[in-house]
Amino acid sequence: MDLVQLQRQLVDYRTSLYHEGFLDEQFTQLQSLQDENNPDFVVEVVSLFFEDSERLLNELSKALEQQVIDFKRMDAQVHQLKGSSSSIGAHRVQKLCIVFRNYCEAQNVEGCLKCLQQVKHEYGIIKTKLESMFQLEQQILNAGGSIPV
Amino acid sequence: MLSCGGGSGGCSKDMAVELGDEPHVLAVDDNLIDRKLVERLLKNSSCKVTTAENALRALDYLGLGNDTLEGTVSEVNMIITDYCMPGMTGYELLKKIKESSVLKEVPVVIMSSENIPTRISQCLEEGAKMFMLKPLKQSDVKQLTWHLMKCRN
Repeated sequence: MDLVQLQRQLVDYRTSLYHEGFLDEQFTQLQSLQDENNPDFVVEVVSLFFEDSERLLNELSKALEQQVIDFKRMDAQVHQLKGSSSSIGAHRVQKLCIVFRNYCEAQNVEGCLKCLQQVKHEYGIIKTKLESMFQLEQQILNAGGSIPV
Repeated sequence: MLSCGGGSGGCSKDMAVELGDEPHVLAVDDNLIDRKLVERLLKNSSCKVTTAENALRALDYLGLGNDTLEGTVSEVNMIITDYCMPGMTGYELLKKIKESSVLKEVPVVIMSSENIPTRISQCLEEGAKMFMLKPLKQSDVKQLTWHLMKCRN
């Protein structure tokens, strides 16, 4: 595939992520913070998001396996996940976290379990999509091109 | 979204730094991603940035903590803190700063992901310079640092 095709593919892919509600305008904000002085800013922040989210999702899974469930602690963890997903524009994950928090507040175990599964699912999707997008960007850079805005 | 505090003088000449010096901002947030983001936003607005992951660390850095080491107190021109933090909240941190004779003139900005009017007015009444809704945008931070620079000159 030639450079122009790669660039077009990237633009189309990115547009679809916004269109389908995977990403929101906060991701655009993030991209605008990347420049020649900080060329890897987006990848760095998103990588932190991946690490942090996986840690939180593990802790939430463990929390729901306990005999006595600490809903307050879980709520704080979901709040963290909601915050990070909001900050990078991971729209679907953020929205699910809001629902999740409501179940924590209501101390609804079934609701929490269901929500956790949904969040894990959506997180998995956005992770795959962002990684694909970064790969495309790298291909473009390797071919000597620049990333279209 | 920005909410501003009243016009009573929050900018003392004692806190003024030489023209041309970058303002030094202390950013406090327990969320790693948000810390990285606010740091970038502030640096893009020509600020020197120090980050702290909770209120206690912030107090230590400011010289108000129990574990402050002699000779390590740095001067900051502004503090921006998240509201919801484990242990001590941003609101409690704000109160501690305003109670300090040394630091009470330093403008404090509170950030929160939750738009709760009573929370906002509570912070402004306690002396917060501004309340900002997360996620932060570059335009919010640029406006904020513009106000800060204006105060200093």
